[in-house]
Amino acid sequence: MKDIEFTLNGKKVHSAADPLKRLLDVLRDDFTETGVKEGCGEGECGACSVLMDGKLVNSCMVPIGAAEGCDIVTPEGLRETEKGKVIIESFADSGAVQCGFCTPGMMMAADALLEENSNPSEEEIREALSGNLCRCTGYDLIVKGVKDSATRGKKLW
Amino acid sequence: MVDSYKPATLKEALALRKQHDLIPLAGGTDLMVKYQSWSGTLPRFPKGALFISRLPELKGIEKRGESLIIGAGATLSDVAAFPDTPKVLRDAVLSIAAPGIRNIATLAGNICNASPAGDSICALYALDASVVLQRTGSERTVPVMKFITGPGKTVLEGDELVTAVIVLLEKANISIFKKVGTRKANALSKLSFSAVAEVKGGVIDGIALAFGAVGPTVVRSVELEKKCIGKKRSEIESNIEEIVRDYSTMIVPIDDQRSSAEYRKQVALNLLRNFLTEELAGGMR
Repeated sequence: MKDIEFTLNGKKVHSAADPLKRLLDVLRDDFTETGVKEGCGEGECGACSVLMDGKLVNSCMVPIGAAEGCDIVTPEGLRETEKGKVIIESFADSGAVQCGFCTPGMMMAADALLEENSNPSEEEIREALSGNLCRCTGYDLIVKGVKDSATRGKKLW
Repeated sequence: MVDSYKPATLKEALALRKQHDLIPLAGGTDLMVKYQSWSGTLPRFPKGALFISRLPELKGIEKRGESLIIGAGATLSDVAAFPDTPKVLRDAVLSIAAPGIRNIATLAGNICNASPAGDSICALYALDASVVLQRTGSERTVPVMKFITGPGKTVLEGDELVTAVIVLLEKANISIFKKVGTRKANALSKLSFSAVAEVKGGVIDGIALAFGAVGPTVVRSVELEKKCIGKKRSEIESNIEEIVRDYSTMIVPIDDQRSSAEYRKQVALNLLRNFLTEELAGGMR
């Protein structure tokens, strides 16, 4: 594998990286998508969450070779959409952000959930966020942020 | 730099597997951790990867007669969402990691990783599942119980790929999966327990009990299960302590960072006793 093509936030892009380079590093280092965070680097924390073909994935666990031909959406991509704006506002108004490190990943998980289930219960929200750690431990407010996103973005998802 | 390949078809993948010494990589969620290096640097794979997750031939899940054929590219999320997936397997799969990992990790990968704590493996033992192995020009089907030979060890040959997992559709009317871990999401099992049973006309017609993370491979004894076949509720109830004693000699866990041997054994036997009393004898009422 030499030239790896994938879609990044709606645009076709190319990477000449080693196919085993982590999608996380390709996004941060080569495309300056620094909304994608590295927490644990082993799939425990969800800070590096992105959408791959519409599904939530941990970008630290995806070699770029496996993402060839895939549609990748990062927090920077989500931010520009109507849905992203609703999530950002809802998180802000709910007080769902403390230090902010986990927030981009939480927002990706929230969008992935709402895409599948536009009116989730609290339990479904907690399950959907179960791979995202917040070490400020503000989970209740994050859950509220997702609930508010669902209410405010009723017709979007 | 090691050379990696992303074939477009299964045929091409099998040819590459034969020509080169490559590590098959489907979801990669175990391999990327295994070969993880310093932050921002390349993972240290000893060989190139053969990316197989998107091979169209391996993607599907289909019900064929009394079996479920799960393609080796099917993710844990795919398996959990498929309507005919047996309950014990669905529960096991949903106990693994968290949505982001289940969206790329595959069932076949969980088997090939062959961890004694692999949660789907425990359920697949109880379901008498098999794996289909292909190499260019030939194919063989091996029961999961024979496929895994030890921690991280399988009978997969260097030129073979796992292409599918075959699960017999459960006739069971009693079916449970229990996982004991430090928390619900993203925890590796301290131990796990799968049980399926078919009760017909007030007697046990079929039963399978499997224990994960309490030995070098998942523990299951067809011989001990046979002792339960044809038994009525009263016969099970009066034999519970004997059955637990029989299993007690087979369950020989180790101490490690996740748990102690003593805890694992005690809890495994408690889960067994509880299953026999509540779900099995209770379900025969």
